[in-house]
Amino acid sequence: MKLLEVAKLNKHFGGLAACTNVDFHVEQGEIVGLIGPNGAGKTTIFNLVSGALSPDSGAIAFEGCDIAGLKPHEITRMGIGRTFQSVKIFSKMSVFENVLLGHHFGKSKPSNKKGAKEETEGILEFVELSGMRDSRAMDLILANQKRLEVARALATGPDLLLLDEVMAGLNPTEVAQAMELVKRIRERGITILMIEHVMKAIMSICDRIIVLHHGEKIAEGTPGDISKNRTVVEVYLGE
Amino acid sequence: MKRARGKWFSLVILIVPLALLMALPVYVPSDYTVILITNILMYVVLTLSWAIFSGPTGYISLAPAAFFGVGVYASAILSSDLPLPVVIPIGGAASFILAYLVGSLTLRLRGMYFTMFTFGLVELIRNLLHWWEVNITGTVGRLIIAADNTTVFYAMLATFLAVLFTSYLIRRSKVGLALRSIGESEEAAAHSGVNVNRVKCAAFAISAFFMGATGATMSMRWTYIDPTSAFSIQFSFMPVLMAIFGGMGHLYAPITGATLFSLLEELLTTKFPYYYMLLFGLTMLVVILFMPHGLEGIIEKWRGKIKAGLRSSRETT
Repeated sequence: MKLLEVAKLNKHFGGLAACTNVDFHVEQGEIVGLIGPNGAGKTTIFNLVSGALSPDSGAIAFEGCDIAGLKPHEITRMGIGRTFQSVKIFSKMSVFENVLLGHHFGKSKPSNKKGAKEETEGILEFVELSGMRDSRAMDLILANQKRLEVARALATGPDLLLLDEVMAGLNPTEVAQAMELVKRIRERGITILMIEHVMKAIMSICDRIIVLHHGEKIAEGTPGDISKNRTVVEVYLGE
Repeated sequence: MKRARGKWFSLVILIVPLALLMALPVYVPSDYTVILITNILMYVVLTLSWAIFSGPTGYISLAPAAFFGVGVYASAILSSDLPLPVVIPIGGAASFILAYLVGSLTLRLRGMYFTMFTFGLVELIRNLLHWWEVNITGTVGRLIIAADNTTVFYAMLATFLAVLFTSYLIRRSKVGLALRSIGESEEAAAHSGVNVNRVKCAAFAISAFFMGATGATMSMRWTYIDPTSAFSIQFSFMPVLMAIFGGMGHLYAPITGATLFSLLEELLTTKFPYYYMLLFGLTMLVVILFMPHGLEGIIEKWRGKIKAGLRSSRETT
């Protein structure tokens, strides 16, 4: 089943074409990678899908509904969660409150105060941040701040999770842990679309990869296909 | 066990001064004291209601004078026909509606732009009203059926209790959490499912409700009002200064800030009428330079030290 289907998506910023006639889809249960050089339009696509920007033209269908141009909170409540390239946690709030907020306002409907608390604690345990539940978010190290952002997105109860460079700036051990986390999220039945520059991670965990360059899709396929694709190697991976 | 004790402690701290306040007109026969306390309560309510919206979100609003003035005029128009307990909520409701409309138009403005706009709003309404009074009603000022000091005092006290209870509920609710998240990152709040504009408008309007109610109450003490006195920009600046002075993190902070600040103002104007503004400015400078979190910062530091001291003494015994 196609969970997300994007057709003929266009977005221009003045004379800059950030996204030109992009078509792609994400199947239920997949992990799909979105790669490309800096400025290729990856984050623009995330912003269009999550409602931060509205497209100039084109269609975005999520679970069969057209969501192009809806507000971010509406899209979140339909079941699309996201993280940000530069971490945007609520730094003065506690770790617990960060996640609780996602739970209160997302798609998941908590039955009562106790239920919300239990579910929030469950998510903190899932991302292994239980020990820091009362710390202020700003006191966490980067790897944990990124985990917290993932936890907040998970708390909104998403069917599709957009991860924008969750592994950037992490050391090799942390990258391995983050990869592990992404796999475990998929095991929960959540579909994942991720932007990533860490090739090792992309190649080993994605089912499919979409390559963007100058706002256009230049290739799509399994990791094996992509690493052999001549155009991709020329513009992105390098010889 | 320990938590329960803390709760009882806060309740006693709340109830004892309240009881003293409620009985005030009985044991203090002097009108001066009743009027002074009413004035302090007015500033406390304005500061508390300002902190409902501006505290967590960081949107510095200079609109309190606009909402206060609307309340004053609502009361000026209605007080001859309606009883006080009806006039006050109507004054609040008028400000609530105005704030909601203004908020839905302007709360997308951020930082300095929002502050400038709210400042302009006060001037706009004042001038509009002035024009209306001169050209339509043919008189600049209005006489108000005055209520006696004790009645105004109790009305102000009731408004204070209402704003205190509302602030407490908002802080504990998910709306309170959403307001804090908006203050940190509106983008992240929206992508976590918060309807940012609606939450901002609602909080702005709720805070305006109490400012309007305060205006409606205070106008009964003044007997004569005109647009200049009702929309005096002082009612915008004072709550902001008092909130900075007191702090905004805890509920007690704006109350303490507003109380001490208005006492200070009273003291300076009566004792040093010539140097009053100078001393006032100096005090403000000292606070901003040396107390970045206001009185609250100092109080919380002491509390932390006392707690740490108790813990270490318990460990040694």
